[in-house]
Amino acid sequence: MGKFYDEDIEKSPRIQKLIDHLYEKLPVIEADRAVLLTESYKETEGEPVITRRAKAFHKICKELPITIRPDELIVGSNSIAPRGCQVFPEYSFEWLEREFDTVATRDADPFYMSEDTKKKLHEVYQYWKGKTTSELATSYMAPETLVAMEHNIFTPGNYFYNGIGHFTVKYEEVLEIGFEGIKAKAEAELCACRVSDADYAKRSHFLEAVILSCQAAIDYAYRYAALALAEAAKETDKQRKLELLLIAQNCARVPAKPARSFYEACQSFWFVQMLIQTESSGHSISPGRFDQYMYPYYKADMEAGKITREFAQELMDCIWVKLNDLNKVRDKDSAEGFAGYSLFQNLIAGGQDEEGNDVTNDLSFMCIEASMHTQLPAPSLSVRVWNGTPDEFLIKAAKLTRTGVGLPAYYNDEVIIPALMSRNVTIEDARTYNIIGCVEPQKAGKTDGWHDAAFFNMCRPLEMVFSGGMENGVQVGVKTKDIAAMKNFEEFMEAYKEQMNYFIGLMVNADNAIDVAHAERCPLPFQSCMIDDCIKRGKSLQEGGAVYNFTGPQGFGIANMTDSLLAVKKLVFDEKKLTLPEFKKALDDNFGKGLSEQQLQSLTTEIAKEMARAGQSVGPKEIRVIYETVKENKVSEADKKKYDQLLAWINDVPKYGNDIPEVDAFAREVAYTYTKPLQNYKNPRGGIYQAGLYPVSANVPLGAQTGATPDGRLAGTPIADGVGPVQGKDTKGPTATANSVSRLDHMIASNGTLFNQKFHPSALSGMEGLQKFVSLIRAFFDQKGMHMQFNVVSRETLLDAQAHPEKYKNLVVRVAGYSALFTTLSKSLQDDIINRTVQGF
Amino acid sequence: MDHSVKSQTGRIFDIQKFSIHDGPGIRTIVFLKGCPLRCKWCCNPESQSHQIETMTVDGKEKVIGRDVTVEEVMEEVLQDRAHYRRSGGGLTLSGGEALLQPDFAGALLQAAKEAGISTALESTGFADFAVIRDKILPYLDVFLMDIKHINEAKHKLYTSQSNERILKNARKIAETGQNLVIRVPVIPTFNDTPEEILEIAQFARSLPGVKKIHLLPYHRLGQDKYGQLDREYLLPNIVPPENDRMQELFEVAKTTGLDVQIGG
Repeated sequence: MGKFYDEDIEKSPRIQKLIDHLYEKLPVIEADRAVLLTESYKETEGEPVITRRAKAFHKICKELPITIRPDELIVGSNSIAPRGCQVFPEYSFEWLEREFDTVATRDADPFYMSEDTKKKLHEVYQYWKGKTTSELATSYMAPETLVAMEHNIFTPGNYFYNGIGHFTVKYEEVLEIGFEGIKAKAEAELCACRVSDADYAKRSHFLEAVILSCQAAIDYAYRYAALALAEAAKETDKQRKLELLLIAQNCARVPAKPARSFYEACQSFWFVQMLIQTESSGHSISPGRFDQYMYPYYKADMEAGKITREFAQELMDCIWVKLNDLNKVRDKDSAEGFAGYSLFQNLIAGGQDEEGNDVTNDLSFMCIEASMHTQLPAPSLSVRVWNGTPDEFLIKAAKLTRTGVGLPAYYNDEVIIPALMSRNVTIEDARTYNIIGCVEPQKAGKTDGWHDAAFFNMCRPLEMVFSGGMENGVQVGVKTKDIAAMKNFEEFMEAYKEQMNYFIGLMVNADNAIDVAHAERCPLPFQSCMIDDCIKRGKSLQEGGAVYNFTGPQGFGIANMTDSLLAVKKLVFDEKKLTLPEFKKALDDNFGKGLSEQQLQSLTTEIAKEMARAGQSVGPKEIRVIYETVKENKVSEADKKKYDQLLAWINDVPKYGNDIPEVDAFAREVAYTYTKPLQNYKNPRGGIYQAGLYPVSANVPLGAQTGATPDGRLAGTPIADGVGPVQGKDTKGPTATANSVSRLDHMIASNGTLFNQKFHPSALSGMEGLQKFVSLIRAFFDQKGMHMQFNVVSRETLLDAQAHPEKYKNLVVRVAGYSALFTTLSKSLQDDIINRTVQGF
Repeated sequence: MDHSVKSQTGRIFDIQKFSIHDGPGIRTIVFLKGCPLRCKWCCNPESQSHQIETMTVDGKEKVIGRDVTVEEVMEEVLQDRAHYRRSGGGLTLSGGEALLQPDFAGALLQAAKEAGISTALESTGFADFAVIRDKILPYLDVFLMDIKHINEAKHKLYTSQSNERILKNARKIAETGQNLVIRVPVIPTFNDTPEEILEIAQFARSLPGVKKIHLLPYHRLGQDKYGQLDREYLLPNIVPPENDRMQELFEVAKTTGLDVQIGG
């Protein structure tokens, strides 16, 4: 491979205009898709479900209102309002109906909703009562599973209320043969079917549904061709008129037929990307290896002199902006867990081909350049790193990191490839992996990975050990041995494992129930036609049509559990400073630091219910009184003193994240309590379970539902992020933290691990700073870490660090040629740095 | 590692990982305790006395200084081996003045070289040259040498020592062919005029083989520590040099033909 084109390319003025237009107003919820879907369902009552899905998709593609936004070169929007979203009542709707009047004003991801939309959706919902995947899934779950979910041990909310998503389709096939080509493949399979085949009924209907879905995509694009033509006729600006004519020409060609140019390939890619997200509400529809499948078109156009690098970059920038046009409304709690309107459309650059050659190319650099230009959250840009990755590529990536946009994320081929192979993925498929959503590796076009199947809060089973599985008078977990009778740490650890195993089993029960519900009620022919081997097997993705099938729920709280279990071991059993019941009381009293809002409210509700049961009248005034009384109910001064002493002891127990081999080895064991049992379970699509270790941003809302933990974490406060240490407990700098994290077994967590590091941009200043930063990544990866991303902190973060130093003990800043931990500096110096952040580098 | 090297003991007051401005790559700095100079701007006042002392940090007493063996120090230093390998980094000795404990410093550098990592020393070279030549230089990759002032009287006034030995040693060290980088702490009211910086740069330029000079702008990171040690900070009224000022000094130093860098 020759030299790369790694220079900066100027940003076209068009891009900022597109961005400004996109972010002018609050996003809007639109009812059109839901209305069309429901009309179609009413017309197809009694037909096979796969046929109904295809017909509904076809109707939506033919009738959903379409628009071309000002200055666009790549067209196709599934809402009229910029960043608007459609609704998917086939999965669930109750939550949205409940939030009709609050969704516009809520904190996380608000959406505007007109009265007309509310009215239409209300009517639509009458039809869907009793028909959603979520209702069917609930009916399939075991009673004890429902109890565990009610008590927030785990939450499968993602797929419980929405489509699945979380895959990468064969974009390259659509570019190469068009939907006409895919249709032809399905037709050939249909011809080969014999009516006497045992699976003829399902197979033939599935293939017919694929054919209709391909036609739907083609028809949708033709509507855009007609619209562009009509707008061109009206357009007075000559330049724009030409652009619109070109758009019309593109849409008349792709995605029906093979793309003949880079521009057509971009437009074809976009239709696939947005239509998948019109068929279903599943998120993490990840473009994957864009730099690889687009490269042949780019290369051919460049060699033929048909395109300039600047125009190619402008088209890519347009796609980057469009990825932010897609949107999805989630329920309030999920919106907090996935904050930031994110759809997790992960796009990855660099890496290897099937034979293990490095295939970083000019487009890999231009992907980074596009994120530089747009500075938007989508796509979730990732880069693949291995020994053969060119340094200049990582330097370019580090420059993007330095802008503070939080991108790209770095992935280690040397861990991910063997991790996938350990799950029976072939070496060729493993080498060409990409990332789905946040951090989940898989083989594009062959995998239905269910990568985000649930959040499992590893702190909650520990609470169950202390309570013998009881909570608010309900037996939620296993009735493990009474803590007062435990004689050694092994017994305590055994009880934790018992609780873990029990709840992992229930989580599997929940996920499998949801899995079956999707197969029965929402098999999806359009996306299935772009993933192997659905067409050959004559089966949708949801019914097990993919080559590789997984379920990947993620555990989080490893750092808190490591520090907690070590604290129990040391203080209770080794040093005998207090007993387990004493520890339990301290936790129940939240170490004397007052109850969290969540605890206060649940206690208030409980007492109010109790009073109501006893026949007393409980109105808002009484509830207020109970609340205040509960709040006032103080811990005695003597206890408070004891708890402060306990917190000081806890503080002296060594903590995960400081490069202490014994502690880190313990963390590895703690992670195993989740990752090992999970891999023994199977899903209904014929695949296995594999663990991920990351919380997205759910460590905050789910932390709010978790009581105090023995590591000194107070009730209701966030749980540690990803596989990183507890916030503020890593005090030895970034290399020590990275060394600790690398001691976990990342390969067994083949659904992905997530490691965040915080830096001030000044620490990355100059070429030397970038090089040192790159070597930090390389060294972490040499030690078999899987993923790393960097939060280059803003002025706001520094202000927060000043106010809450305990959360930021590991934050490195550079002062006058000297790097220091921010929180160790005096107030006046901190102010200096805060004021200097603007100039940064 | 030779037993006599491993078991060599010395007194340090800190080990700092992920240091990125004190020599090539990602480094770990070991701070040795004790210094013959008393620079008024010193950012590590706890480094000056060789005695173990007590500081009050956040209301808690903190003991400064501990006696350790080379083996113990190296165990901690080598935890970041993976990072040195990728970045070309390694061990940097700082202080205090590391040369006050020449046997210990030499043994640490030797142990680092045997472990295959890069070595650097931050020092003002205030020691007997023969000791430097025999115990330190054989195991040293980069010598980061502080030259604070050319004027002897001013040097003595602000650091309590004459600069005669320092300047002589600088030349002798340079003559051995050692990779030598000159570093100048730029201290307002002491040496921050173009004339003074130019004089130092010209001196550096006159040393055989020396190509680099670093101008380190004064910072107040150590100011709080004086209070914690119950000592008075003697330069309470100076502020870090402005960027424009540093740029001016950079240009002046550049006229000597040296490779000039602001910061480490």
